[in-house]
Amino acid sequence: MLRTEGLAKTFTLHLRGGMQLPVLSGIDLAVSTGECVVLSGPSGAGKSTLMRSLYGNYRAEAGHIWIRHHGEMIDIAAAEPRIVLAVRRETLGYVSQFLRVVPRVSTLDIVADELITRGVAQDEARDRAGALLLRLNIPRRLHSIPPATFSGGEQQRVNLARGFIAAHPILLLDEPTASLDADNRAVVIAMVNEAKARGTAIVAICHDAEVRDAIADRLFPLSPTQEAA
Amino acid sequence: MTLLRARGLSLRFKAIRALDDVAVDLWPGEVLAIVGESGSGKTTLLNVLSGRMAPDAGTVWYTDPEGQEHDVHAMPAPALRTLHRSDWGFVHQDPRQNLRMNVSAGGNVGERLMARGARNYGDIRAEAIDWLTQVEIDANRVDDLPRTFSGGMLQRLQIARTLVTHPRLVFMDEPTGGLDVSVQARLLDLIRTLVARLGIAAVLVTHDIAVARLLAHRIAVMQRGRVVETGLTDQVLDDPQHAYTQLLVSSVLQA
Amino acid sequence: MTEGYNFAYLDEQTKRMIRRALLKAVAIPGHQVPFGSREMPLPYGWGTGGIQVTASILGHDDTLKVIDQGADDTTNAVSIRRFFAKTAGVATTTHTAEATVIQTRHRIPEKTLRDDQIIVYQVPQPEPLFRLESSRVETRRMHGLADYGLMHVKLYEDVARFGQISISYDYPVLVNQRYLMSPSPIPAFDNPKMDRMPALQLFGAGREKRIYAIPPWTQVRSLDFEDHPFRAINAPEPCGLCGATDSYLDEVITDDHGGRLFVCSDTDHCAERRAAGHIGKDGFAEAAE
Repeated sequence: MLRTEGLAKTFTLHLRGGMQLPVLSGIDLAVSTGECVVLSGPSGAGKSTLMRSLYGNYRAEAGHIWIRHHGEMIDIAAAEPRIVLAVRRETLGYVSQFLRVVPRVSTLDIVADELITRGVAQDEARDRAGALLLRLNIPRRLHSIPPATFSGGEQQRVNLARGFIAAHPILLLDEPTASLDADNRAVVIAMVNEAKARGTAIVAICHDAEVRDAIADRLFPLSPTQEAA
Repeated sequence: MTLLRARGLSLRFKAIRALDDVAVDLWPGEVLAIVGESGSGKTTLLNVLSGRMAPDAGTVWYTDPEGQEHDVHAMPAPALRTLHRSDWGFVHQDPRQNLRMNVSAGGNVGERLMARGARNYGDIRAEAIDWLTQVEIDANRVDDLPRTFSGGMLQRLQIARTLVTHPRLVFMDEPTGGLDVSVQARLLDLIRTLVARLGIAAVLVTHDIAVARLLAHRIAVMQRGRVVETGLTDQVLDDPQHAYTQLLVSSVLQA
Repeated sequence: MTEGYNFAYLDEQTKRMIRRALLKAVAIPGHQVPFGSREMPLPYGWGTGGIQVTASILGHDDTLKVIDQGADDTTNAVSIRRFFAKTAGVATTTHTAEATVIQTRHRIPEKTLRDDQIIVYQVPQPEPLFRLESSRVETRRMHGLADYGLMHVKLYEDVARFGQISISYDYPVLVNQRYLMSPSPIPAFDNPKMDRMPALQLFGAGREKRIYAIPPWTQVRSLDFEDHPFRAINAPEPCGLCGATDSYLDEVITDDHGGRLFVCSDTDHCAERRAAGHIGKDGFAEAAE
């Protein structure tokens, strides 16, 4: 479903006199249908950078990122922006650590919009969004409020709902349970395992050992690139 | 097929290079933000792309609904004007530039319909009221003059006036400039929703990176008349490659 | 007969220049053609444009009628008629049927004009869009591109505000499905007469230096909405003097006690009807001359 070949990423900081910051090199990662791979390694090993590169948020400097999109392998590292957008819309979901809020849009609509842009009827989309939010213990009275004023944990759960609702064939999860309590962690673990059962390929970053053990089929170790000055 | 395609655009104002070999591709339904500081040439690019200003060199092609490409700057004036009042729209930073301040809100919204040949008063009025509601202006203000409107309302009225003919392509020049922050947020959300729902393609000029992030699929960064970087909005803003883009992104205050 | 003056006052060069403008105006119905308007021996607003057009088309054999608000006997009408009688020596008349050239201010005669007649309108403001768009460059562009949405905006505003189109005179028309045109300040009642009129219609604006024309049998449509169609408005009763129900009426105040009388604005039409024995409810026997 997802395969990288010789993926490398170096940041060039022009504001620091062109300083080179190599983070990833020679990454060969492959994830199959129904498999959950958890990236492991110490802070600074480049887990988040790899995750963002997979999503096309960071520009790969070398190598390929092959994504199966409607049965066809597409190289995210080289695809045109509108192709990347189509892949993100239909194939590649991403749950970031932090919710980027859109002013004035209600929590329910933030989640339902993910379905509506994929052609689901408005009523059905809102019903499904409401159900998923309830499952993640976001009470109904909060559904009509924009999430800007929510706590960190609530925002993360809204983000999870938004990431999971469209059932993308490939999901990238960046610390999905970082600010959650035990009850909600259990809900997330169940959701991840249901997704895997559906055949979703998952790449995750997860520091919580309990959650990691519950979802990971294997670990993909990363170590800090040594050339970093 | 691209909706709008430009190659090799160059334009000088005396010693200043306002545009220097600029290329642009815009696909149907895509929102492209042109960012850069004042004087970087972004408004000039908008004016050249929309045919309001002729370049010294280079070509802009527009693909009509039948798939036919037209050289925008070689088009006869009547055809270009027809385009501007039907398939295209232009949203100015100052809504007063576009609105008729001595004509009611309903008349302002209805003008493009009438220019296109609508001759049924009841239909025109119903459509005007529908559009006022869509831009969150109370329907009972339909007969009020724009001069009784606030700045944010004027901008929303301009958007209703522009979108009423369902254009395929809208040019926007700093549409949220000069508005209070709270008013800006509401307007941005409105533009975002309408553009997505109607599948409108847009070229948006802004110096505000947050506006670009919220509205645009793609960003082109301009510096001294050149496009120095272009790509997916989140890619350009989160992983800027060019020195100027890095400076631009790092200069934004974090709220 | 025309001692001390060139025929019809204007010099031949000027008349030739105006005829060229007229030919162009006829060729492009409704389009405003600029011309070098001359100083005339009367002030602007008194028909300097109409007089120059009349002077340019008048021949020795013509018979001239001049009306002002439908009447042959107002100061303006009498002055212009005498002006041409003196400078061109042409025959003059008050009878519509006898005239070959009719110069008018604010009316079209009730009697249907024929294809051997020419009507010359005095025009104060030739630009129909001038109240709506102050830039002449912009209005010229609008005419060039037939971009008349703005004129409909004005009609829209009328209906929104008053429930109907409230223009009662100088009601804008579209000529030959192309040019938006001011019919000069004639009542909207007269607009239908312009449509497919057998006579040639010429328009002269002296101060604004514009000439335009409608060739015979040309379509002239008053702008409107499908659901608010053009309506010619008239007084609600017949002419008090001749009893006509199909002519445009003036309201005349007859005393200090609210007494009033509606009479034909076209004095020749009214007199002819009375001569033929039509007497209205306020008509006097002696009115029939």
